[in-house]
Amino acid sequence: MTPVLKNTGLFGLVAVLIIWTGQVYGWNLALTIINYGLISAIMAMGVNLQWGFAGLFNIGVMGFVALGGLATVLISMPTTPGTWSAGGFRVIAALLFGAATIVAAILLQKRMAKGKTKALAMLAVLIAGFFVFRWIFDAGVEAIEDIDAASTGYLGGLGLPILIAWPIGGVLAAGAAWVIGKTALGLRSDYLAIATLGISEIIIAVIKNEDWLSRGVKNVVAIPRPVAYEIDLQANQEFVDRAEGLGFDAITASTLYVKMAYASLFLVVLLILLWLAQRALNSPWGRMMRAIRDNEVAAEAMGKDVKGRHLQIFILGSAVIGIAGAMMTTLDSQLTPTSYQPLRYTFLIWVMVIVGGSGNNFGAILGGMLIWWLWVMVEPAGNWVMATVTAPMEDGYWLKDHLQDAAAHMRLLSMGVILLLVLRFAPRGLIPEK
Amino acid sequence: MDALNALVAFLNFVFVPGLAYGAQLALGALGVTLIYGILRFSNFAHGDTMAFGTMSTILITWWFQSMGLSLGPLPTALLALPFGIAVTGLFLLGTDRVIYKFYRAQKAKPVILVIVAMGVMFVYNGIVRFIIGTDDIGFSDGTRFLISARDFKEMTGLNEGLGIRMTTLITLVTAAVAVALLFWFLNKTRTGKSMRAFSDNEDLALLSGINPERVVMVTWLIVAALATTAGVLYGLDKSFKAFTYFQLLLPIFAAAIVGGLGSPLGAIAGGFVIAFSEVTITYAWKKVWNYLAPEAWETSSLIQLLSTDYKFAVSFGILIIVLLFRPTGLFKGQSV
Repeated sequence: MTPVLKNTGLFGLVAVLIIWTGQVYGWNLALTIINYGLISAIMAMGVNLQWGFAGLFNIGVMGFVALGGLATVLISMPTTPGTWSAGGFRVIAALLFGAATIVAAILLQKRMAKGKTKALAMLAVLIAGFFVFRWIFDAGVEAIEDIDAASTGYLGGLGLPILIAWPIGGVLAAGAAWVIGKTALGLRSDYLAIATLGISEIIIAVIKNEDWLSRGVKNVVAIPRPVAYEIDLQANQEFVDRAEGLGFDAITASTLYVKMAYASLFLVVLLILLWLAQRALNSPWGRMMRAIRDNEVAAEAMGKDVKGRHLQIFILGSAVIGIAGAMMTTLDSQLTPTSYQPLRYTFLIWVMVIVGGSGNNFGAILGGMLIWWLWVMVEPAGNWVMATVTAPMEDGYWLKDHLQDAAAHMRLLSMGVILLLVLRFAPRGLIPEK
Repeated sequence: MDALNALVAFLNFVFVPGLAYGAQLALGALGVTLIYGILRFSNFAHGDTMAFGTMSTILITWWFQSMGLSLGPLPTALLALPFGIAVTGLFLLGTDRVIYKFYRAQKAKPVILVIVAMGVMFVYNGIVRFIIGTDDIGFSDGTRFLISARDFKEMTGLNEGLGIRMTTLITLVTAAVAVALLFWFLNKTRTGKSMRAFSDNEDLALLSGINPERVVMVTWLIVAALATTAGVLYGLDKSFKAFTYFQLLLPIFAAAIVGGLGSPLGAIAGGFVIAFSEVTITYAWKKVWNYLAPEAWETSSLIQLLSTDYKFAVSFGILIIVLLFRPTGLFKGQSV
């Protein structure tokens, strides 16, 4: 069997699974799976850029996803009236001051001669800078959060169309990646992993706690959409007539229409990114990246700037993840900081990359769609298994109740088992690197 | 008098909690550092290993409690701990046999083992949630306080109380015993010496006839003991929740790296460095300040450097500083 035939077959299999889901559980669920599957595929492509093509171990995917989500709020939500004059400028000034303090400390570190004076000077700059920063910052934050705290209490966004937020999400993620890359790249691979894990927890903590920025755990709801609203479609007589002509009632037709509109937007982004990634990886640049991955010492001896190239691809991969994060918050049309869980947003993406085939963009896309389908479907399957297992037991028997409650936790277990099985028996994934 | 009050407030809110937390992190970091030194990979499943060990101990504790067994003033979990360690040890050995052994035989790259550990982490996490659920579980019984804050105030006549909880004392004593045993084992016994030899130079150790599988087996057993003890102590001190244990991974790794990966002494030092910085930076110093400062300087602000929600940022910050200025850690660890 040729690889092309096999790969087409694998994508065909995913299509069959989704069509089966549509027929058994309804097309709404099938389309939801496709939408999140497409987003997951983009995230997997981002991780694949870093891991598959450069061997960089990033386990802070969640943080970059969340930054993308934050971008949608900052770009598309309306500005909360009065907050800028109350404290917005003050907060921005505080942040600028904080950045200036850090730059000053770095300059001191680079310019001053080694010794105690240098350490003391740096410490003094950082400590004094911190207190001044807090003094400027706290009052501004308080003023912003006091403005109608129940419904806003945050700066709001710029009120721009939400599609602009997608690239901006990528830019935010790229900025964070630059900071991490500057500090942790070039050290041992595990250190980068820990650094990314740490920064992602911090990003989530910031989004959860800085109410002036993201409303924190009060969530931002009703983020504007790039597509039509169901309710408007249902009121549109032309749409209702056409839906009836196709044999749908107006409500089902409108939900399906909205989901398909999202799916086509996501597909466009996926195809653009795929095209770019394929072009890049088949270029001299891509060959250089793989050469660095396979033998850093040799590549360095050939005059390649290993650290610089690593930084570059780390930033690019993170930007892709950030774009996907912005798309996901757009689809949810709300930012819920508590929903960012590392197992779901970091480690599941890794399962997608490893299962799909690291080092191959099509593999990442296949892995993203397939694993997402499994992630959704394991729950009903788990319930079904537990119902079958516990059927002979008496009602009210403790084990029966426990097993039925525990079915919800089958997801993590099955994902772990799949990852371990693939690593053991097909370590190069379903669609291996050529 | 004010100085004394300030000192007591400092001890009560910063020093004693920091000490207990530091001991728990140190035990966790020792497990990570041992695996790194001997099996040569970063074990991301360590937090979930701790969760598994604690879960088995909790289940045995419940069984003992239902039989009416107890240790009087001490928590029953202490009695269940050896059994919990045994269960976890068997579980880890089983994991090694089914999963890690294959990659060892292949001499897989460390980063592949890290990804394998990620899969193991998923599975452990699933098993723990499957068996005991995701709720917060308190399993401490027996006497709560050795000295309660109120008794202390009455005894000394100070405004501030120094409450010493039973769990704090147990944490410190157990951790000290565990560390003493570990160091005795590593430095004095034949097996311990062979482990250190294996960690220093694998080829040389193999040449001198050390059986690698035996070294690996003993390592997993020690890791099971350390992880379970760390997890149970943390759970007794606070409470058990599967997700919290997963999140402990960050401070534990920070402690191990700050100390120097592969160095047991460094892991202990790292644990306390991380714990004390976390507590001091997230503590509201208002009370201590107002006792010490002259009256005119008294303040109503909290004097809290960072809110407690950012405690991860603290361990992360320390980690970055150490990585930038001393990449091998405080005590020279291995750097592959």
